[in-house]
Amino acid sequence: MIELKDLHKSFGGREVLKGINAQFEDGKTNLIIGQSGSGKTVLMKNIVGLFTPEKGQILYDGRDFVQMTQKERVMLRREMGMIFQAAALFDSMSVLENVMFPLDMFSDMNLTDRIKRAKFCLERVNLKGAEDKFPGEISGGMQKRVAIARAIALNPKYLFCDEPNSGLDPKTSLVIDELIHGITEEYNMTTIINTHDMNSVMGIGEHIIYIYEGELEWVGTKDEVMSSTNERLTSFIFASDMLRKVRDANK
Amino acid sequence: MFISNSIEKFGEYLCLMGRVMSVPERWRMFFKQYVKEMVALGVDSIGIVLLISFFIGAVICIQIKLNIASPWMPAFTTGYTTREIMLLEFSSSIMCLILAGKVGSNIASEIGTMRVTQQIDALEIMGINSASFIILPKILGLVTMIPMLVIFSIVFGFVGAYATALAGVITVDDLTLGLQHDFVPWYVWASIIKSLVFAFIISSVSSFHGYNVEGGSFDVGKASTNAVVSSSMLILFADIFLTQLLS
Repeated sequence: MIELKDLHKSFGGREVLKGINAQFEDGKTNLIIGQSGSGKTVLMKNIVGLFTPEKGQILYDGRDFVQMTQKERVMLRREMGMIFQAAALFDSMSVLENVMFPLDMFSDMNLTDRIKRAKFCLERVNLKGAEDKFPGEISGGMQKRVAIARAIALNPKYLFCDEPNSGLDPKTSLVIDELIHGITEEYNMTTIINTHDMNSVMGIGEHIIYIYEGELEWVGTKDEVMSSTNERLTSFIFASDMLRKVRDANK
Repeated sequence: MFISNSIEKFGEYLCLMGRVMSVPERWRMFFKQYVKEMVALGVDSIGIVLLISFFIGAVICIQIKLNIASPWMPAFTTGYTTREIMLLEFSSSIMCLILAGKVGSNIASEIGTMRVTQQIDALEIMGINSASFIILPKILGLVTMIPMLVIFSIVFGFVGAYATALAGVITVDDLTLGLQHDFVPWYVWASIIKSLVFAFIISSVSSFHGYNVEGGSFDVGKASTNAVVSSSMLILFADIFLTQLLS
């Protein structure tokens, strides 16, 4: 479980995170949602340690990430996997080499076992046969799937996804969502997804936190989203014309 | 303002170099990267080094012959001067200025692109010292390959000079005599030592500019230009001190 306690972060005197408190449970797909500029990417970057908060705690199963030494942070990071908005694949490496990279760096497996493990991860994300291709030769959806395969290669305890559906068509977005959700349950990971894609919210949002101007505005599940009376959340959610129609039809 | 900015940048550069100069986490991966960089930065530069050195060797030979032709000057002067220019300045300093353009912009744009496409963040998330993983093999790769490039440059400069001899500008005997006259082997070593320093400047300064890119493709281009300008300026300054120190 990941817990955030009174998290603050500012840039040049402007407070972007204003005391966030939240919990993300094991084996669940946790979503951070909010408008662009609400602070959700900053929150995610604080959680994974790319930014350091000015105040507050980030507890990974009780271990405070903020107070850790550099060495302890490095060790904890080996329990993390991350899928970036732009996939962030190493473009000088083939698909197979990308997935093998964390194994090459941190596992004591021999070459045969590393290749076997990487191929298994690629099969898990339905990318059998793409091993020798380079990131520039495959589609955006395939790149995201390679990123997922790379993220799970070392069996991480925590999986972070920064806008995994960004730039993908709705059908491919669903595939990616289902893949992340399935993997989360399969490996009992703590998964945190940063998104503003309403299909993801309604599809896989087992635990959702809504951030508004750097503050935690609402917490709930996908079933509670539709019936929420929080004005800021509803104005964000039902900005989508389609969802408004669904809500009106349900009424 | 300019001075305080420069001091701040220099401090950032030293901090980055502090992170770069650490023991690699996996030697197997380090050697893989190291060999890759030796090929990308060194082997792939051989062509341009040979081409430029050949023509510059030829042009120096022709210019010396045309401009200092005098009955008072010994016939071997052309070969002697060509050798001294190639050995003392061209094959180390000028060639490194050329490489600052080719290799420096390559390094800065590659690392800058890795930064803006979050590849560096991906390495950090994995718990890898991204500065050391990316930059150390580049520095060591170029520093390893540069003596070879210097030797190739010297040799091909002489080949260019011989080409002019074959074209009738100077006799082969006069050129050979000039190239051998009063030869000081230390000049070759001085040239190599200078080039090692310049290789470090090119690779580390360009990496610094690439690693600190913020923004998008426009900023990558800017970093690439800044890398070439900074590396070239530093090479010229260092050349003054090294020439004094090594002569």
